[in-house]
Amino acid sequence: MTLMKQFLGAAATLALTAGVAAADPAIIFDLGGKFDKSFNEAAFNGAEKWAKETGGTYKELEMQDEAQREQALRRLAEAGANPVVMTGFAFGDVLNKVAPDFPDTKFAIVDMVVDQPNVKSVVFNEHEGSYLVGMLAAMASKSGTVGFIGGMDIPLIRKFGCGYAQGVKAVNPDANVVLNMTGTTPAAWNDPVKGAELAKGQKAQGADVIYAAAGGTGVGVLQAAADEGILSIGVDSNQNYMHPGSVLTSMLKRVDNAVYEAFKEGTDLKAGINVMGLANDGVGYAMDENNASLVTAEMQAKVDEAAAKIKSGEIAVHDYMSDNTCPAATF
Amino acid sequence: MDYATLLQLLDTTIRLATPLLFACLAGLYSERAGIFDIGLEGKMLMAAMASASVAYLTGSVWMGVLAGIGASLILAGIHGIASITFRGNQLISGVALNFVASGITVLVAQRLFAQGGRTPPLEGDARFAPITLPFAAALRDVPVIGPLYYEVISGHPFLVYLGFLTVPLTWWVLYRTRFGLRLRAVGENPAAVDTAGISVVGLRFAAVAITGVLCGLAGAYMATALQAGFGREMTAGRGYIALAALIFAKWRPVAALWACLLFGFFQALALRPDVVEGVLQFKVPVTFLDALPYVLTVLVLAGFVGKAIPPRAGGEPYVKER
Repeated sequence: MTLMKQFLGAAATLALTAGVAAADPAIIFDLGGKFDKSFNEAAFNGAEKWAKETGGTYKELEMQDEAQREQALRRLAEAGANPVVMTGFAFGDVLNKVAPDFPDTKFAIVDMVVDQPNVKSVVFNEHEGSYLVGMLAAMASKSGTVGFIGGMDIPLIRKFGCGYAQGVKAVNPDANVVLNMTGTTPAAWNDPVKGAELAKGQKAQGADVIYAAAGGTGVGVLQAAADEGILSIGVDSNQNYMHPGSVLTSMLKRVDNAVYEAFKEGTDLKAGINVMGLANDGVGYAMDENNASLVTAEMQAKVDEAAAKIKSGEIAVHDYMSDNTCPAATF
Repeated sequence: MDYATLLQLLDTTIRLATPLLFACLAGLYSERAGIFDIGLEGKMLMAAMASASVAYLTGSVWMGVLAGIGASLILAGIHGIASITFRGNQLISGVALNFVASGITVLVAQRLFAQGGRTPPLEGDARFAPITLPFAAALRDVPVIGPLYYEVISGHPFLVYLGFLTVPLTWWVLYRTRFGLRLRAVGENPAAVDTAGISVVGLRFAAVAITGVLCGLAGAYMATALQAGFGREMTAGRGYIALAALIFAKWRPVAALWACLLFGFFQALALRPDVVEGVLQFKVPVTFLDALPYVLTVLVLAGFVGKAIPPRAGGEPYVKER
């Protein structure tokens, strides 16, 4: 019996030390999936970058349905992962509930503010980046009508659309911005068929540049735009390569940097709200060889000028989420 | 709403109604033979994955379509064995196959391409190109009919035309051939068919196989014509809407065409809230338009719009008397 106790004790100590030694960071991807070529893929790239640089390993989990959120979070925290990074606003409520149960574990959430002492909240000024690509859209548009296709109809996505509309109107006050949302459930992040049909519908309304802020649904939007011979704008990751010559630019949201930073800070993760905007390179627009022929130096100069003004505070882009209204568009 | 907008709406309607039509006719064969098939969705999904994968790997859309039909037939075969040979519960078998399809498609696509259960985008010959019907360009300037012909009727991929041709073909098979008569009989009164010395099991398997082929075409259309590749859960409940359309059409082929077009039109309308608002002068929630097919089906089932009587022997495994 004593022997047994000793064994058990030894095993427990071993398990504990093993748990401490293997305090790997973990990342949970939201429903769009790790390879959505957009938001989650950016997070994945950040994690990979960290793994390559440090030679470390990390745990990862892909959400399959809504019901898994809390379970996934608890499982990773119980397994000793630290810090646990999650992408997506939808984790907000769950994290608020789970974080107090694991006071020694650090959590980081992207796209949502969770006010807990062990949670780092990373939010982005998407309206600033969207403003810039909106300017590009208005300058590239010949018809004077541009489109926006959002994923799930939530304030965050309206923030994208609102910033975009403001950028468009800044260049061409008479421009018409057609706004559509794919749906009202998380399935709207992953419905490329509907995305493509919405894009075709917007083209029929005269739009010749369409900005997709819709996760995996955007794949369909970009495809339809390429098929129909109009321009599209990608989101989150650099999506210019997907249809070279058809994707005008991509609104970069450096989720990869956010995840990379969180992983790098490791167990010393600093709790609090972290706002990533133009000023600290949290958002921006993508230029590479795939869209070099679409964006002229003149257009780029104009956008860079606006970017400088936003950084200095000379131009204030309205944030939809600050008061749930938009001066440039109605949803 | 001007004429051009209406034509654009109708064009979208045809694109979106085609997968519903294939799946609805697929369900019609099966259910008319007395086998309920709730697994249309799973078969479509499986076919979409198989056709996109094979089309990408071989570079030929036709190989893709064949693979899609094959994959769908495998699921249909399992459903047949479970519910005809082993007399299992048809609904449970169908639901189970839906789950299997939902998981296995992502698994296989991930294993093949490692792109998160998505296939790489299809290009060139790996995808159906739109067909311009003869004289479309010449007739374009004829008032009213010209644009209708050019915008709505011409310019769809091959599978769309095949789908619409399947409707009269199904009508002919069901009502004008010996096979069709027996098929309908086996769904109403299998004992009588058996007494006449015709194999109930054989007929039902034939019907389930036809269902497999048509679901295969529905899935292949979604992955290689409507979209350029497969994505996780890309059928997005269309198999269920097709079932709703089948009930709405009261298990008749020509009515199925109209039901699918109507449901396709609702889906097209849901994509254009601006048009709905323009016509009605007030804002209609998009979710309401999305729900309309189901609302209509419930109304039909509740007996408000005629009566929907399913094939009498539907859902019942046939047990020979001894």
